[in-house]
Amino acid sequence: MKHFSISFIVGGGLSVLFLMGALLSFFWTPYDVELLNIKGKFASPGLEHLMGTDHFGRDILSMVMVGTRNAIAVSLIAVGIGATIGVPLGLWAAATCMNGSRLIDELLMRGNDLIFAFPSLLLAILITAVFGPSIINAIIAIGIFNIPVFARISRGAALSIWPKEYISAARVAGKGVSRISYEHILPNILNLLIVQATIQFSIAIIAEASLSYVGLGSQPPNPSLGRMLNEAQTMIFFAPWLAYFPGGVIVALVLGFNLMGDGIRDLLDPKLRQKSITGKVSNDAS
Amino acid sequence: MKIINLVIILLSSWPCIAWPVTLNVGLQLEPPNLDPTSGAAAAIDDVVYGNIFEGLVRINEDGDVQPGLSLSWDIGDDGKSYIFYLAKGVLFHNGDPFTATDVKFSFSRARSDSSTNAKKYIFKPIVDINVIDPHTVMITLDQARPDFLFNIGLGDAVIVNKDSADRNSFNPVGTGPFKFIKWVRGDRVELERYKKYWGPSVFLEGAHFKFITDPLSAYTAMKAGDIDAFPNYPVPENLFLFENDPAYEVVIGLTAGETILATNNRNPPFDNVLVRKAIAYAIDRSELIDGAMFGNAVPIGSHFAPNHPDYIDLTGLFPHNLDQARQLLLSAGYPNGFSASLKLPPPIYARRTGELIASQLGRVGINIKIENMEWSQWIDQVLINKNYDLSIVSHVEPMDINIYANHNYYFGYDNDEFKQIILDIETNTDALNSSRLYKLAQKKIAEDAVNGYLFQLGKYGVWKTGLKGMWSNYPIRSNDLRGVYLEGDKQ
Repeated sequence: MKHFSISFIVGGGLSVLFLMGALLSFFWTPYDVELLNIKGKFASPGLEHLMGTDHFGRDILSMVMVGTRNAIAVSLIAVGIGATIGVPLGLWAAATCMNGSRLIDELLMRGNDLIFAFPSLLLAILITAVFGPSIINAIIAIGIFNIPVFARISRGAALSIWPKEYISAARVAGKGVSRISYEHILPNILNLLIVQATIQFSIAIIAEASLSYVGLGSQPPNPSLGRMLNEAQTMIFFAPWLAYFPGGVIVALVLGFNLMGDGIRDLLDPKLRQKSITGKVSNDAS
Repeated sequence: MKIINLVIILLSSWPCIAWPVTLNVGLQLEPPNLDPTSGAAAAIDDVVYGNIFEGLVRINEDGDVQPGLSLSWDIGDDGKSYIFYLAKGVLFHNGDPFTATDVKFSFSRARSDSSTNAKKYIFKPIVDINVIDPHTVMITLDQARPDFLFNIGLGDAVIVNKDSADRNSFNPVGTGPFKFIKWVRGDRVELERYKKYWGPSVFLEGAHFKFITDPLSAYTAMKAGDIDAFPNYPVPENLFLFENDPAYEVVIGLTAGETILATNNRNPPFDNVLVRKAIAYAIDRSELIDGAMFGNAVPIGSHFAPNHPDYIDLTGLFPHNLDQARQLLLSAGYPNGFSASLKLPPPIYARRTGELIASQLGRVGINIKIENMEWSQWIDQVLINKNYDLSIVSHVEPMDINIYANHNYYFGYDNDEFKQIILDIETNTDALNSSRLYKLAQKKIAEDAVNGYLFQLGKYGVWKTGLKGMWSNYPIRSNDLRGVYLEGDKQ
């Protein structure tokens, strides 16, 4: 157990907690999130409503649970889109770069730069403004700005693997470029990608919250953490819990995934792993 | 000693010891330009009406027609000819004297083909403008128009100067008690007392209209003292925080804004009156007012302002009744309800009411998909292209029930009987008959359930205690500051 860092345990714990809450919301929430009850509005947090109720009398805890689920789902799919498109692009660019044809590499990476140069939130606002605000468009928007991140990191990492001798050996053995990329390069850069994915995931959570905050994410009555924050801002003087809970959940969610990413990096980084193995050996010896 | 005391007592109880102050007025929306004769934006009148620009007549806080640049007028027996006797010694802010030719110029300009005036219909009945002498002008109409006097009191009919008219959108020149100093875009418009104003002198030294879009910033700016008055505070839920603070006064009045569930009468299933009636039964106004407006709004049953003398209360026509609603949907052929979209513009009242309406209609099986949009999208999709099912918006124009007579308007209500009522109103000069016709019109559109009639938008005035003379109602959009002063509370 020694090589599980504290950050991995704390981050993993937080992440699992939220994941479980989000999964639970599929089957059960304390109250119906779409149930409006004007007479019961602005109930303070208490036994009946653990996190209180909002201006329509909806239960905050239930909304936070469903909101978290939406945030996680959006981020997961968006990062998935980014990785599925970005990683092959990066591998392709690296392969062409190492095999003579710089043109494709240049085209791909400059195209990436183009997307990357756009502030990510602005890009997302642009997309949702053109195609209309909806949760699907939010996913696409966040997915698109994840593409260059994955393309860049996989290209860079692949470039450092290509000169290795076992790659040369594979080429001598007659394997094609795409097969080498898939069978030899990808497994060797996977750890990097996983770490990047967890970091991108927490960035995506913030992006989703920001989009919903400006009204471009999921539409009412579907709860979203960002929109809850937006609605809370004129009421924080007399019902601060409306902002505390969704805000706190966003912070904890992002912190959790970031810490877990750090932890995974520590686990997967070969150099660090080397250290822990030697540590284990010396322990055994003593 | 006694005399000194007496003087002190007299001074301290004097009703309007005006301290020369520059008033900071908060507004939520910045106007697109400052020329009230060029476009429909209410935000323009919010700044300039009555302050920079004046018309022949002036509409006051109660919606009554008062003398303006014309001190008095005679109306011919046939109701067609108006003779206006203009004030003398009036100067525009650029120093030019105001005369009858300016009236002719302003009205001719507003009705010309190139004019972008939002209310050209005001000038349409004019057949002739005759300058009798520099201070007398006669206007002849095609037929008697009882609403003509009120209409020329609107911001769209203010008098402009021919040398400066083209620059009014960024450098407005009028005859009002305040002259324009500068406009810092995105921040404020500065006005200063016009020392050569022809009318009674105003109390304020000047006024800064500051534009604060964000409701939270509006609250903090008020509390920090950066704003002295917010004539129409944007969020009703914070009003009680000011009510509880003796440093502020909260005055809740009415606007001319009928908030409606706009319904596209062209599109099935909304072309079916049974469906529209079902919606009317499904709406629970008290829940809307309580939930979306925090109790600060007045329910309406038709498209008419409740503070108007001809108003009739039709809120009981379709009392909230879910069984009735379901029954009507059944007879309309929608036993399982249907799906529809609800396109919502940005104001908080629309977004909040929209969520509640979606939930209320959901209870009778009408499945509502909410689409929030920006104003430009809303104007394009809903107002111009009529590509919508339902929407929520406040119609802030005064006395605008005549929009239902236009079948090309976005509701798509095409009813000959109603058109005839409006025609009768426009050409009728008998006040009693006019009142009867307005009541008939209200009833007609309510019975046809053209739109869902929800509530009259309130005007939430918040200002520092001791500030007097601010308007408490918005019969038209204006923040006329001529009567505003700070009560001398220094002892």
